[in-house]
Amino acid sequence: MSDDKNNILDEVTQGEYKYGFFTDIEMDTAPKGLNEDTIRFISAKKKEPEFMLELRLKAFEKWKTMKEPDWAHLNIPPIDYQDIIYYAAPKKKPQLDSLDDVDPELLATFDKLGISLDEQKRLTGVAVDAVFDSVSVKTTFQDTLSKHGIIFCSFSEAVQNHPDLVKKYMGSVVPTGDNYFAALNTAVFSDGSFCYIPPGVRCPVELSTYFRINSAGTGQFERTLIVADEGAYVSYLEGCTAPQRDENQLHAAVVEIVALKDAEVKYSTVQNWYPGDKNGKGGVYNFVTKRGMCKGNNSKISWTQVETGSAITWKYPSCVLLGDNSIGEFYSVAVTNNHQQADTGSKMTHIGKNTKSTIISKGISAGFSNNSYRGLVKIAQRAENSRNFSQCDSLLLGDKCGAHTFPYIDTGNSSSIVEHEATTSKISDDQLFYCLQRGIDTEKAIGLIVNGYAKEVLRQLPMEFAVEAQKLLAVSLEGSVG
Amino acid sequence: MIAESTLKEKVTSLYQSNKDKIVSNDPPGMETIRQQSFEDFLKLDFPTPKLEKWKNTDIRKLLQRDYQILFGPENGDLDLDKIFHCEVPDFDTEIISLYNGWYIYRDKPLTTLPNGTIIGSFARALQEYPDLVMKHYNKYAKSDLNGLNALNTAYAQDGVFIYVPDGVEAYKTIQMVNILNKEDNLLVQNRNLVIMGKNAKLTLVHCDDSHNFKSSLTNTITEVFMDEGANMKHYKLQNLNNDTSLINTSFFHQEKDSNLSTFAISLNGGLIRNDIHVRLNGEGSHADVMGLYLMDKEQHVDNHVFIDHAVPNCTSNELFKGIIDDHATAVFNGHILVRKDAQKTNAYQTNRNIILNDKATVNTKPFLEIYADDVKCSHGATVGQIDNDALFYIKSRGISEYNAKLLLMYAFAAEVINQITIDPLKVRIDDLVKKRLRGELAVCDQCVLNCKNQEKTYEFKIDMSKL
Repeated sequence: MSDDKNNILDEVTQGEYKYGFFTDIEMDTAPKGLNEDTIRFISAKKKEPEFMLELRLKAFEKWKTMKEPDWAHLNIPPIDYQDIIYYAAPKKKPQLDSLDDVDPELLATFDKLGISLDEQKRLTGVAVDAVFDSVSVKTTFQDTLSKHGIIFCSFSEAVQNHPDLVKKYMGSVVPTGDNYFAALNTAVFSDGSFCYIPPGVRCPVELSTYFRINSAGTGQFERTLIVADEGAYVSYLEGCTAPQRDENQLHAAVVEIVALKDAEVKYSTVQNWYPGDKNGKGGVYNFVTKRGMCKGNNSKISWTQVETGSAITWKYPSCVLLGDNSIGEFYSVAVTNNHQQADTGSKMTHIGKNTKSTIISKGISAGFSNNSYRGLVKIAQRAENSRNFSQCDSLLLGDKCGAHTFPYIDTGNSSSIVEHEATTSKISDDQLFYCLQRGIDTEKAIGLIVNGYAKEVLRQLPMEFAVEAQKLLAVSLEGSVG
Repeated sequence: MIAESTLKEKVTSLYQSNKDKIVSNDPPGMETIRQQSFEDFLKLDFPTPKLEKWKNTDIRKLLQRDYQILFGPENGDLDLDKIFHCEVPDFDTEIISLYNGWYIYRDKPLTTLPNGTIIGSFARALQEYPDLVMKHYNKYAKSDLNGLNALNTAYAQDGVFIYVPDGVEAYKTIQMVNILNKEDNLLVQNRNLVIMGKNAKLTLVHCDDSHNFKSSLTNTITEVFMDEGANMKHYKLQNLNNDTSLINTSFFHQEKDSNLSTFAISLNGGLIRNDIHVRLNGEGSHADVMGLYLMDKEQHVDNHVFIDHAVPNCTSNELFKGIIDDHATAVFNGHILVRKDAQKTNAYQTNRNIILNDKATVNTKPFLEIYADDVKCSHGATVGQIDNDALFYIKSRGISEYNAKLLLMYAFAAEVINQITIDPLKVRIDDLVKKRLRGELAVCDQCVLNCKNQEKTYEFKIDMSKL
């Protein structure tokens, strides 16, 4: 390897986090620690109906009996669940009617993030629900959406205004006791987004949520529920950032998607939580449960994710293909650098007949990081003529990082076809040489190759996000991606 | 479960009460290893599906049976001639046998050939060559890997010992036959040790066979040490009755420029578990790990392959193919570990399965763990059916569906069979596979042992010129 390239790889490994500012806003917080009182406090604070509190307490009981999962290829330092603030809301006026009512500092925060709510509203036509620490602060485009009968609001509003829908679908995809972090989330979730698309409606704008952890020592436990009724379509975007802090912050979210007959949901994530500094100090623990249920026939759920942040990522967006002819997709680019660890992938459970799934996963590891793909493709006996194709590629930049692949394939009938392919490689000298002899310098060449490598996934992202995702790749692999 | 703890209690108390017998033959140092392994076993217990590596292979049912353990050879009812009169056309082998877990012999338990090769009983080798054995014994096996391995190490008394000195080529193929024939259900724990010197060459055929229909459990560990430039071809043939269970763990340790090719061919068996561990410990070494499994009825086969690329410039190639029918289940778990600094590694891993029936199940997990950047690693896994287009093509040429399917299945299996480099053996295995696919392979049709049944080789009744 040439010195030149080494320098670039050094730069790559030393990229700084660009979103590490902290906003000084008065916060309304719950006392530290987790017990029944905390849960009652959160529930009371949010003026929740009785059924919600019961659900929380049930989940808490369940959680107490569970153990932290240790099967992932991750080294998770012990987490003191009593040392976390489970609820932190910006102190605000009770009702927000227009952007003017939002704390100007908060708005400035979002400006810095490059997602000025104002601008988004005007220019891109994306409806944004921004979740700041634990509370949803602003949802734009309410009027346009309500014209179509689309409900897009914060989760707590949904609990107040549409309790029937929440009661019917919450926990139907990710049950209370599904896993340790899902149970924790159910017990203490603070807010999140709720979205309901009525039958036959094609959502005219892309819906978007921005999550940001701000206060120190807080955990973020948001809950997203998306229901696409028969024949509906929605494209949903999610973005995450957090300020730079020395201690680790916990983020344990749950995302549930329900697609009824002929419905289609496209869920895109750009995750850029604070990854910790060059020595692996600080950073967000991102333990997320995301699952979609293709409940009706001919439904489709598609996950696209660009994972660049978080100190530790434990995340497996999954699809349960229950309806006949339903389709599940998973496209992922996961970049780890410095001391980041990621264990991510997808789970496709084929139950209905003629169901199809595709998994495309691209891992890029640099520095001292470890990047794992973990996936399960399960074909139930009755899932006749099902089809899966999985491809998981890993790219290694540097010789101190690791790339791992853990695919599980369980096939239970004779008419289905499952294919899995994976490769692990570095940027080959041939590719680099080819670019160099065309007059492209090493830095640009690496950028070109990495971009080309991730292209298959990036092009799945909606326009607004694709630009940002490419920028993020550039930040994460500073100096190597143009 | 109560029954489980019973077997654990049984082997524990048997170990304690028979300890004198077990250790009577031990050279210095061996008893410590036994004691350590026994303690490991008490800690680890028998594997349960809760363990990741045993998730798809549930042996709890096997543990509920009542087994007998032999602490010494029983040759009473054995017709030696029946075993030693085997001849296979064009295939000259030196046959050595384990009977109910003990080495049996006609002349002497340990043969030293003029070129220095030693072949014979492991128990006897412990007496005659304690230094040589103890230099390698249990150095490559991970006896604390799971409870069964620990139990084997605690109990192991006999098995096969082979030593090929530096620069020597074993004069002919060694065929190791493991026969079970006892009125009671047996728990057999063999321990085989193969030591190969620098540039030594060896071909070993390892057959597992059962002569009756008792529900025995064999728990074997084979350790192979390959010094610089050694070359080993290893073929495992498994054709057991449907009640017999076989847990076969092999550890290969390869030094510089050594070359291994190992095959696991499972034709029949109640429960077969092959754990193959290869450590590429010297630069320039290469391992081919191949497997073929044809399972039907309630059979279960589980292949676990772990390839450890510990140093740079090594290559490995894995190919496992299987055809699964009826209620059978097949498991594949391939693990390639490329350690830090093991640069310029090339490692390939492929697992392909054909499922013929909706009740059959395949669980496959090809798994890569890589800590070096200048590597080429890939893996692929497929589960599917016979290609309908191909089937149609053949049928359109006037060949019956039955024959067309056979032909395609055979072609599928041939990719593995064609890798066998010893022609007579290839023909024989080829023949066995054809018979197996036609459903005509009986359990007693063990590869070479079944000498009285040397019928003509099987051909498809197909006019190939039509294709």
